[in-house]
Amino acid sequence: MDILPILATLRRHKITALLIVLEIALTCAIVCNAVFLIAQRVHRMDMPSGVAEHELVQVQVVDIGDRPDAKARGEEDLAALRAIPGVKSVARINQLPFTDSSWNNSIFLSPTQTQPTLNATMYFGIDVLKTLGAQLIAGRDFNASEYAEYRDAIRDPKLTPHVIIITRALAQKLWPGESALGKTIYFDPQTPLRVIGVVAGLIRPSLSEGEHAAQWSTVVPLRFSGGGSYVLRTDPGQRERVIRAAVTALKTLDPKRIFRQQRTLDDARAEFFQGDRAMTGLLVGVIVALLLVTGLGIVGLASFWVAQRRRTIGVRRALGATRANILHYFQTENFLLATIGIALGMVLAYGINLVLMLHYELPRLPWFYFPAGAVALWLIGQLAVLGPALRAAAVPPVVATRTV
Amino acid sequence: MFAYYIDLAVRSLKRNKALTALMVLAIALGIGASMTTLTVLHVLSGDPLPGRSAHLYYPQIDPRDMNGYQPGGEPPGQVSWMDGTNLLRAKRAHRQALMTGGQVPVQPAQANLDPFYVDARYTTADFFPMFDTPFEYGRPWTEAEDEAAARVAVISSSLNTKLFGGKNSVGQVLRADDVDLRIIGVLADWRPNPHFYDLYLGHYGENEDVFVPLSTSQDLKYAHSGSVDCWSSGGQENMKTAPCTWLQLWVQLDTPAEFASYKSFLIHYSQEQKALGRYQRPPNVRLRDVMQWLDYNHVVPADVRLQTWLAFGFLLVCLVNTVGLMLAKFLRRGGEIGVRRALGAARRAVFEQLLIEAGIVGLAGGIGGLLLAQLGLWLVRQQPADYAKLAHLDPMMLSVTFALAIGASLLAGLLPAWRACRIAPALQLKGN
Repeated sequence: MDILPILATLRRHKITALLIVLEIALTCAIVCNAVFLIAQRVHRMDMPSGVAEHELVQVQVVDIGDRPDAKARGEEDLAALRAIPGVKSVARINQLPFTDSSWNNSIFLSPTQTQPTLNATMYFGIDVLKTLGAQLIAGRDFNASEYAEYRDAIRDPKLTPHVIIITRALAQKLWPGESALGKTIYFDPQTPLRVIGVVAGLIRPSLSEGEHAAQWSTVVPLRFSGGGSYVLRTDPGQRERVIRAAVTALKTLDPKRIFRQQRTLDDARAEFFQGDRAMTGLLVGVIVALLLVTGLGIVGLASFWVAQRRRTIGVRRALGATRANILHYFQTENFLLATIGIALGMVLAYGINLVLMLHYELPRLPWFYFPAGAVALWLIGQLAVLGPALRAAAVPPVVATRTV
Repeated sequence: MFAYYIDLAVRSLKRNKALTALMVLAIALGIGASMTTLTVLHVLSGDPLPGRSAHLYYPQIDPRDMNGYQPGGEPPGQVSWMDGTNLLRAKRAHRQALMTGGQVPVQPAQANLDPFYVDARYTTADFFPMFDTPFEYGRPWTEAEDEAAARVAVISSSLNTKLFGGKNSVGQVLRADDVDLRIIGVLADWRPNPHFYDLYLGHYGENEDVFVPLSTSQDLKYAHSGSVDCWSSGGQENMKTAPCTWLQLWVQLDTPAEFASYKSFLIHYSQEQKALGRYQRPPNVRLRDVMQWLDYNHVVPADVRLQTWLAFGFLLVCLVNTVGLMLAKFLRRGGEIGVRRALGAARRAVFEQLLIEAGIVGLAGGIGGLLLAQLGLWLVRQQPADYAKLAHLDPMMLSVTFALAIGASLLAGLLPAWRACRIAPALQLKGN
C-alpha cells in the first residue's frame, strides 16, 4: 500500500489529523498508567499474610466496669473456647492482621545507637504462632519460662522478656545475608531481646508504614489479661459454626459484656482492602469510558471523512480501484494516525509515570506495558474505522459522474 | 439575531443526531467525572470550622530524651499529661482545651436495649466555647466541674435520640461503664469534618457521642483510644507520669500579637523544663492553625487527589474528541458558510453563529454532566470509605459544574469556529 497519497490527503486536514493523534496519545498514556495502577492494587490486595487466614476467626469481647478478676476470667474463657468441638487452637492476642490498630516499637541494633534502625510491630499473647499458623523456618517457639506479664513489663524494664521471634523479612532487613538466630535487638537501651526464632511471614496489622514494611513484625513472650481478641483456629468449613459457638460460650460465662467483633479473618481482609477494591473498580470504569470515547470519536471523524470524500472515492473506483483498495486506504490512514498517536502516548505515559513515582509510592512502569498499550490502541483504531471504511468501500463508481 | 442563530444551531445539530449525541455524551462524561472527583476533593479539603479555624492553634513541644534526636525534627504530634496540664493551667491563651479520645460502654436503662460502645471525648471546659459547639439542651461543664472531676456528661443529639427519644434529657442519668453520669447538656447536630481536633482516630466520619471531663475519665479509668507514643520503656502503667504523648491541646489566639507571645511562651516553657532536668532536647515548638495542621497531616487521601487528576485527564480526552468532531462538522459546512459569506455575512457573524452551536452542545453536555455527577456522587456515597457520606454537591460546586461545562465546550468550539469562518467564500462557491 502506497502511503504517500494518504500523507498528501492528511496534509490537507492537518488540524483534524492532529486532534486524532492527540486524543490517541492522551488515551494511550492514561490507559497505560491506569492499568499499571490496577495491577499495583491487585498485587496489594493479594499481599501474603503468613497466617492460616482461611482457618481463623476473631471474637473480641470487652468487659463493662472494672474487673479485678480479669485474669481468672480470661482463663475460664480460654478453657470454654478450647472445649468447642472443631477448635484446634485458641489464643488471646493483642492485635490481628488487617485491623488498622497496632502496637509498634522502634528497633535498635545496639544499646548506644541514637537513631532507630526501623519501626516494627509487636504481637504478643500465649500460643500466638501456633494459633495464627505462622510458619517457623528457623529456631524455636517460646517455652513457658520465657513469658513475662505485660503489666510488669510496662512498669519495670527489668521485667520485660529477653527473647523475641521475628519474620524472615525483618531478619533480612536487619542482618542481610546472615542468620538472625542468636542476634540481639533493642526496643530501647535497657531492653535487649535475643532472636530465638524466625517465621516465614507475619503481616503487620496496618500498612501505615508503607508496603515495603508490611512484613516487619515481631512476636514477644508476654502474657496479658483484658484487651485484645480471642482468635480461634478451625477448619475453613467450620468457621461460622465456631463463631456462633464461641459467642454462646462467652455469653454463658458472663452475659454482661459487649461483643465488639465476631468475624473470620477472610472478612477482615476483605474489609481492610475495600478502599483498594473501590479504586480498582473506578480505574476500570475510567479505562472503559476512555476507550469508548476515543473509539467513538474515531468512528465519528472517519465517517465525516468518508462522507466528505464520496466523490473522490467514486472517481477512484471509476478509474479501476477495487473495493479492497478503498477499504485498505482508510485502514492504513487510521493505522498511520494511531502509530503517531501511540508513539507520542508512550512518551506521555512515561512522563506521567515519573510524576506518579514522585508523588505516590509507585515503581517504574514495566516495559511490557508499552507494546501492550500500543497493540490495544491499534486494535481499537482498526475496529473503530472498520465501519466507516466499509461504507467507503461500498461507494459505487457511478458517484463520480454525479454532481453533488 | 441571537434567537436566529440558536434556531440555526439546533437545526444543524439535528441534522446529524448521532454525532451531536456523541459530542454531548463525551462532554457529559468528562464533566460528570471531573465534577464528582472535584466535589469529593472540595468537601474533604474544606474548613471544619469556618470563621473560627484561623484563631485555633495546635501547640507542639518536644519532651523526648536524646534517643533519635535530629536537630530541627518534627516534635511529637501530641502532648504528655504533665505538659498538657501545665500548659492548660498556665492559661496563656484566650481559651485552651486538653483532650483525648476514648470509648465507653453505655448501659441503657431500657431493658430492650443491649449495652453498646460509643466513641467518647475526654476534654476540658473550654472545648465547647472554643469550638463553638451548638447546644440543643443544657450547657457545657465548668472549670470547677473539671477540677472536681464531676460525674457529668454532654451527649450528642444522636445518642439523645437513641436513649431518650430526642427529649430534653438534661438531669437524666447516663450509665457508662458501671458508673452513673449526670447529663448536663445535649449537643445539636455538630459534625466538623475533617475531625481536626484529633486526627489519630481517622480523618473524617462520625463525631463522639459522649463528652466527659478529662479528670473524670481518668478517675473512672475509662478506656483510651488513639495514638500513644512513648520514648522510654518502664513507668507506663500510670499515664499521668508516663513518658508518653497521648493528648491533644488546642488554644485560641485571636491576634497576631497573642500568637507571637504564645509561641515565645512555648519556647520559654521548654527552656524552663530543660533547666528543671525534665527535658533533654533544645526547645523545639510548632504552633499551627487548623488548616495548617490538616495540611501538614495530609488529611485529604492520596487516592482522592489521584482520582481528580484522572478525571481531568479524562475530561481533556473528551474535549479533544469534541474539538475534532466539531471541526469536522463545521468544515463540512464549508459550502453553506461560503454562501453566507458571499451574501455579505461578516466573518464575525459566522464565528458567533458557530460558537453558539458549540455553546448549545456545552449546555446539553453540562446538564448531562450534572446528572452524571449526581450519579457519581451517589456511587461515592455507597463506598466504604469514612469520608463517603460527606460527598454532596453544594450550590457552589453546582455553579462550577455549569461554568466548567460551558467554558469547556466554548473552548472546544473556539478553534473549529475560527477555522471555519476563515473559509474563503469564492473557493467554496467555485468548488460546487
